[in-house]
Amino acid sequence: MTQELLRVTDLKTEFQRGDEKVYTVNGVSFSLREGETLGIVGESGSGKSVTVHSMLGLLQGAGKVSSGQAIFQNRVDLLQLRRKQLEDIRGRDIGVIFQDPMTSLNPTMRIGNQIMEGMLTHQYASRKKAFERTLDLLHEVGIPEPKARFRNFPFEFSGGMRQRVMIAMAIACEPQLLIADEPTTALDVTVQMQILALMQKLKQDRKMSVLMITHDFGVATNFCDRILVMYGGKVMEAASLDTFIRRPLHPYTIALKSSIIEVGDRHKKLQAIPGMAKVWNAPPHHCPFYERCTFATQQCLKEVPELTQVDDQEDHWLACHHVEEVLKSVG
Amino acid sequence: MSVEPLIVAESISKNFRVSRRTLRAVQRVSFSLQAGETLGLVGESGSGKSTLGRLCLRLLEADEGSVRVGGQDLAKLSPKALREKRKEMQFVFQDPMASLNPRMTVGKAVSDALRIHGIGTKQERLNRVEELFTRVGLSPEIIDVFPFELSGGQQQRVGIARALALRPKLIVCDEPISALDVSIQVQIIELLRDLQKEMNLGYIFISHNLGVVQYLSDYVMVLYLGEVVEYASADDLFEHPSHPYTKVLIESILSVPSSDAGRRELIAIPGEVPSPLSPPSGCPFHPRCKEATDHCRQEKPLLREIASRHQVSCHLYA
Amino acid sequence: MAVVMTNVAATKRKKRSQWGLAFRRYRRNKLAVFGLIWVALFLLIGVIGPYIAPYNYQTANFLAANSPPSLAHIFGTDNLGHDMFSEIIWSVQNALEIAFGATLVSFLIGIVLGMWAGLRGGLADLIIMRLVDSMFAIPTYFLDLILVVSFGRGMGPILLAIGITGWASYARLIRSQVLSMRNSDMVEAARSLGASQTQIAWRYVLPNVMNSMVVALAFGIPGDLTVMAGLSVVGMGLRPPLPSFGNMLAQSGVNVLGYPWLMYFPAIVFAITLLSFLFVADGLQEALNPKG
Repeated sequence: MTQELLRVTDLKTEFQRGDEKVYTVNGVSFSLREGETLGIVGESGSGKSVTVHSMLGLLQGAGKVSSGQAIFQNRVDLLQLRRKQLEDIRGRDIGVIFQDPMTSLNPTMRIGNQIMEGMLTHQYASRKKAFERTLDLLHEVGIPEPKARFRNFPFEFSGGMRQRVMIAMAIACEPQLLIADEPTTALDVTVQMQILALMQKLKQDRKMSVLMITHDFGVATNFCDRILVMYGGKVMEAASLDTFIRRPLHPYTIALKSSIIEVGDRHKKLQAIPGMAKVWNAPPHHCPFYERCTFATQQCLKEVPELTQVDDQEDHWLACHHVEEVLKSVG
Repeated sequence: MSVEPLIVAESISKNFRVSRRTLRAVQRVSFSLQAGETLGLVGESGSGKSTLGRLCLRLLEADEGSVRVGGQDLAKLSPKALREKRKEMQFVFQDPMASLNPRMTVGKAVSDALRIHGIGTKQERLNRVEELFTRVGLSPEIIDVFPFELSGGQQQRVGIARALALRPKLIVCDEPISALDVSIQVQIIELLRDLQKEMNLGYIFISHNLGVVQYLSDYVMVLYLGEVVEYASADDLFEHPSHPYTKVLIESILSVPSSDAGRRELIAIPGEVPSPLSPPSGCPFHPRCKEATDHCRQEKPLLREIASRHQVSCHLYA
Repeated sequence: MAVVMTNVAATKRKKRSQWGLAFRRYRRNKLAVFGLIWVALFLLIGVIGPYIAPYNYQTANFLAANSPPSLAHIFGTDNLGHDMFSEIIWSVQNALEIAFGATLVSFLIGIVLGMWAGLRGGLADLIIMRLVDSMFAIPTYFLDLILVVSFGRGMGPILLAIGITGWASYARLIRSQVLSMRNSDMVEAARSLGASQTQIAWRYVLPNVMNSMVVALAFGIPGDLTVMAGLSVVGMGLRPPLPSFGNMLAQSGVNVLGYPWLMYFPAIVFAITLLSFLFVADGLQEALNPKG
C-alpha cells in the first residue's frame, strides 16, 4: 500500500466581500497518495481553486481559512505554517502551475533565470549546477535550443511554450507533489494535448503525485486516477476513475456528465441542469445542490449530507441522502 | 428554383497592419448560407474565425471580396443604410459582461436596440423587452438590474435578447458559451436552437469546441491561419474528416471514456500554430503535417470539391 | 422530451443602485466624510455668507485697526480695520465662484475636445493633442498672469483666465479613456445594433467616463483655488476691496510678526478647505472605481 502524501480534513475558507461574508469552501476533506493523480472537478464558484489556494497560502484579498487541517508528508500541517516555512515547502516539495502562465511569470526576467531562481532560493543547487540543470529542464519540457531560449523573455514565447516554462519551474526542485490549477484551459486543443502528454510523462518518470484542478471532464477523466467532484464548496462525490466513469451516483455528477456536449452527440437531446449555482452568504445548512436536484426531498433541506463511503469494497465516497433512489433510477 | 441565400461571402480577405508588418487574418473565404441554417466556424487561436465573423456583418471592413446579406452588398451601403441594415443581422459576444454597458440596466440595454432605430413608444418598447426577457428565460422582474448583478448565464441571455430585439434574420455568435459553466452552456445552446427553429434564424456559430459546433451546425468550416482547410456538412465532416488538420483537431478532443481501459493515450502532434505575421510557405499546415511533402512546402493547395458540398484544401486530394 | 428549464428569477428586483453602493464605499473613508462635511459647510457659507457675516467686507473701522481677536472681532482685524471673520466669510463666496466657474470652464472645454479627439481620431485627434502638448509646455501660471493683465482683475476675467488655461489635462484624460473604450466589445455591440456615432458617444461612452471625470473635477477645484491665491500673491488676484484668501495671505505676510492672527485664521481655513477637497476627491476615487 502506498503512503499517504497529503490529507486535507474539514477545510473551510471564507471571504469578506464588502459587508457580506462569502463561504467558499465549506468543509472539504480528501487525501492523496504517493504517485497518485487526483482531479478536482467543478464549475466556477465550486471552491475547487480556493481549496488549493488555501492550502498553499495563496488566498487573495480578504480570504481566510477558518478551520481545517492539511497534513503533508505525515509531518506538517500546511495551514499552521508561518509564511516563511510555507514558502520553503512551496516550490521545493510542492510545485505549482497556474492557468495563465503570463501572469505568473515575471515579464522583465529572462526565463532561464526564473527557472534558476527557484533552485537557488531553496538552496537546491549551486549556481553552476542550477544553470546546467535549467538547460536540462528546458530540454525535458520540450523547448528546442535550450541555450538560446535561456536568454529569452516570457513575451517571446507562445502560450504553450510559456506553460512549458512554468512546468520546468515547478519541477525544478523535484517536488513530490505537483499542483496544476486549470493548466490547459487557456490553450488551444492541440497544445492542450501536448501539455497533458508532457505532464503525464514527467509524472511517470518521477513517480510524482499530481493534484489537478479542472472544469473539463474530458481532461480529468483522461489524465487522473481519482476524481473529486465539488459543488458549493463541498465534496459531492469522490471515486476512482473507473467507478466514476461507469457508476457515478451523485445526482450532480450524473447531471453534469449528461450536460457535456461531445462530438457524436449531434442528434442526442441534451439534458440541461436547471437553475444556477448560488453564492453562500451563510454556511450551508442544506445540501448545496438542493435547488437544482431532481431527487431533492425535505430531508435534503434539513440536513447537509455527509461524505460517506458507498460500500466497503470500493473507493467511492458520496454526499447524498438518496443513494437508493439514484441507484434505482440508473438501473 | 433556388432560394436567395441569406448571406453570401465571396472571396473575402482581411489584413491588419501590426507594427509595419502584415497580419493575414482572413484569406479568400467564400460561403453561402440559407435562412434557418447554421454555419460553424472552427479553428484555433490565430485562425481568423472571429475576424471572419465580424467581416460577415461589416463590423470590420473587408480588404477584398464581397458580403451580400439578403441580396444586398454590404460594402456598397452608405453608413446610414448600413445602420438600417443592421436590424437584419446581429452579433452575440463571447463575454456578455464586456458587451453590455455597465451603466445601463439590462432592460435599457435591450430596449436601446429599439430606441436606436426609433421603434415604438417608451411603453411599447418596455412591453417588447418584457416579452423578450420571458422568451430567453429571464424573469421580467430583473429589468431594472445592472449587468454586474447577474450571473454569466443570465448576462448572455440578456445579450441574446438584445440581439433578437430587432427581429434579425442572421446572428453571428462569437464563442457565446465558452465563458460559461458546463451546466449553463447546455441551457444557452438549447435556447439558441429553439430560437432558430421558431424564427428561422441563420446562425454563424464561432467556437473552438467541436462538440458544440457539431451539435448546432449544418455546415462546418475549419480555418487554419486565416484559410479554409475544409468545408463540409457537419455529419460529413465529423464522419469523414479529410484534411490532416481536421483529423488532428478531432483527435485532440478529450471525451469522457467509457471505462478505465478506454482512456485515451495522450499523444500530441508537435508544433504550434505559427504566427499569422509570418505564415509558412505553401500549405500553411505543412510544418505540422505528418504527410507533408516537398510539394506542400512549395505550393499552396487549392480548395477542391471532393464530394458534394465537401471541400478540402490539401494536395493529397489533388 | 426534455425541457430546458430556465428558472433564473432568483435575482430579485434590487433597490440599491450603483450610486447607493458607491455611497456605502465612500462612507467607509472617514477623512473623505470629514472633507465632505467641510466642503458642504463651505458651500453653505458661500451661499448664505453675506447674510450671516457680522460686517460688510467694505466696512473699515480705522479705530479698531490691527486689533487682536476679541469678542467683537473674533478673528481680529486688519490694518484697515476690516473684520477678518467677515472677510473670510465673504472670501468663501468669491473663492467658490471662481474655483467652480473656472473648473467648469476647463472641464467643458476638456470634455468636448477630449471626446472629439478620442472618437474621431485622425487629423482632429492630432491637432487637439498637439494643442494639449503645447498647453503643457507653456507654464499655465504665466499664461494666467498675461490673461489677467490683459482682461483686468475682475471676477469674470480671472474665472475665464484660469478656466481656459486648465482644460488640457481633462482633455487628455478623457481622450485616453475614450480611446480604450473605442475598440471595446461594448462599443462594438452598440455599433452592431446600428447606433450612430453620436448615440454611441452620449449613451455608451460618456456615462462610462463620467466617474473618472467627477474625480478629476474634485481634484481640479483645489488646484484652481491655489492658482487663484497664487495670482493674488503677485498682486494679480481679485482687486481689493473684494476679499479673497490670496489677498489676505499676501498682505498678512508683511506683518506676520506683529499681527500673526492675520495669517493664522485665513491660512488655516484655506488649508483645511484645500485638504477637504482633496479628501473628497480621494474618497470619490475609491468609491466610484472600486477596482482601480
